[in-house]
Amino acid sequence: MSIASMQLLHIPDGFLSLAISVLTWVITVVVLLVAIRKSEGSFDERLVPLAGVMAAFIFAGQMINFPVAGGTSGHLIGATLAAIVLGPWLAILVMTAVIALQALLFQDGGLLVMGANIIVMGIIPALVGFGLYRIAANQSRRLKLGTAALAAWLSVMAAALVTALLLGFSGTSSFRIAVPAMLGIHALIGIGEALITTAALSFIISARPQLLQNGASTGGRGWIVGGILVTLLVILISPFASGFPDGLEWVAEKNGFLDTAINAPFEILPDYSIPVLGTTSFSTILAGLIGAVGTAVVVWLLARRLRPTPPTPSD
Amino acid sequence: MQTTAFDRYEQRHSPIHRLDPRVKTVVTGLFILGNILLPDGAWLAFAAAWGLVWISSRLARLPVSFILKRSFIVLPFTLAAITVLFSTQGTAVYTFPLFSHTIAITNEGIVRFTSIIIRSWLSVQGAILLTATTRFPDLMHALRHLRAPRLLVAIISFMYRYLFVLADEAARLLRAREARSAAAAANQGGGSILWRAKVAGGMVGQLFIRSFERSERVYNAMLARGYRGQLMTMNPHDLTRQDWAGLGAAIFLLALIQIIGHLIAIA
Repeated sequence: MSIASMQLLHIPDGFLSLAISVLTWVITVVVLLVAIRKSEGSFDERLVPLAGVMAAFIFAGQMINFPVAGGTSGHLIGATLAAIVLGPWLAILVMTAVIALQALLFQDGGLLVMGANIIVMGIIPALVGFGLYRIAANQSRRLKLGTAALAAWLSVMAAALVTALLLGFSGTSSFRIAVPAMLGIHALIGIGEALITTAALSFIISARPQLLQNGASTGGRGWIVGGILVTLLVILISPFASGFPDGLEWVAEKNGFLDTAINAPFEILPDYSIPVLGTTSFSTILAGLIGAVGTAVVVWLLARRLRPTPPTPSD
Repeated sequence: MQTTAFDRYEQRHSPIHRLDPRVKTVVTGLFILGNILLPDGAWLAFAAAWGLVWISSRLARLPVSFILKRSFIVLPFTLAAITVLFSTQGTAVYTFPLFSHTIAITNEGIVRFTSIIIRSWLSVQGAILLTATTRFPDLMHALRHLRAPRLLVAIISFMYRYLFVLADEAARLLRAREARSAAAAANQGGGSILWRAKVAGGMVGQLFIRSFERSERVYNAMLARGYRGQLMTMNPHDLTRQDWAGLGAAIFLLALIQIIGHLIAIA
């Protein structure tokens, strides 16, 4: 059961440097600890059977495909749907279980890089997918579905972008090719994801509207801020990446990069610039921006954890 | 579908199978870590690491072809690394024109590309070996003992338990769609792509509701059997002398590979 479109977001071991692997694991562990606490608070001892069966649902849902053209078929990735119907915290746990099982049982995605895969497939869709959907959660059905479609597409794009950036920072791929290539491929995959997510959501709203109340109530308005922040990051970086044909100039120039990164596994952003862009101020700004947004997300998640949880309305 | 449909465990009687799952998990982790720590072009060390995989698979009575066949799963991802061939600075070995630019494949680029692929390929073989010689519930048990969050391990164990149940459910939905969608062999039936996506989406929604309701039935059944938020286990593992010996030998060999890689790197 090989799912070609997903494998591009399931990074295998060996493709990320040690520094990136450790950094992504640290972020993931912090987020997971918060997610466990939050979910335990909202679901008590119901959590294990609910999250376990829902993780199996995501896995089985990925089997449901539809023919697109020329023998290819589209299928669900499911991360955004999970974030919308289960709420962001539970969705992060569910997607973590899916990623862990796929890595441990099918070797689909690596073990040392699992932290990165959880960020890409679990945390980013929760931020972008749920964060954007949360804006329209109390609006009309049409607005809700439209927002869900956009959120699903953007969360696939954000996941692709982060994967490309992680590969770039690890010296495994050059930004100038990896970023536009990943975004280009996933712009199409994202459309399939948006269509299925919206159709599934529409079905659930019609058949069991009360199920959706659960999800929305477990994620506060802070998610909107996070979702918008990550979306802005995608929008900021995408046009810069689309200048791809001009970007080939670097091959002729061969401005020194990666030569230091290759044998210095502990250097993440050499000289606080993105190697491929040389040492221009733009490069430094972008490197700083990425660092700042990353830090902001972690700080914000920590801050949320420290704030006392408001009592959730019982149904 | 059978309960074993998703199982990747190969039933054998071997010293590797008998090894404590904790030891196997830790050694696999160290093996993958070691691969990443090896410098580019440490061919001898890469060969030694593969030798370790080969010896272990022999000890586990698994044919090498078995592991090789499954390790192809990393192949599609090698595309992501292909750019390092020409983006790495060094002596050009091959140049070709592209859109009025000259692209050079460098010697250093080839070394780096090959090293990335080998690292990844070695690591996935280590993981395959772990999965093929350890039952999944034992693996989960080992993770719990290795201080993985208790709740997360319980969720993954649950997912494993219901994987085939829900895959069965999905297969039923797919079969029903197949039965409703009659079309001539050469003809791709069923409306526009949009319509097809809508049908697939409806099936996913249906599957979600069935899954959600099943989780509630499961939870009620668990409560009825005395569940209080903790999963119990009845097979505690104790580390035997053989386990410690295996762990020591593996760590020794992995350290040796690192020494080879960092001292005798033939770039």
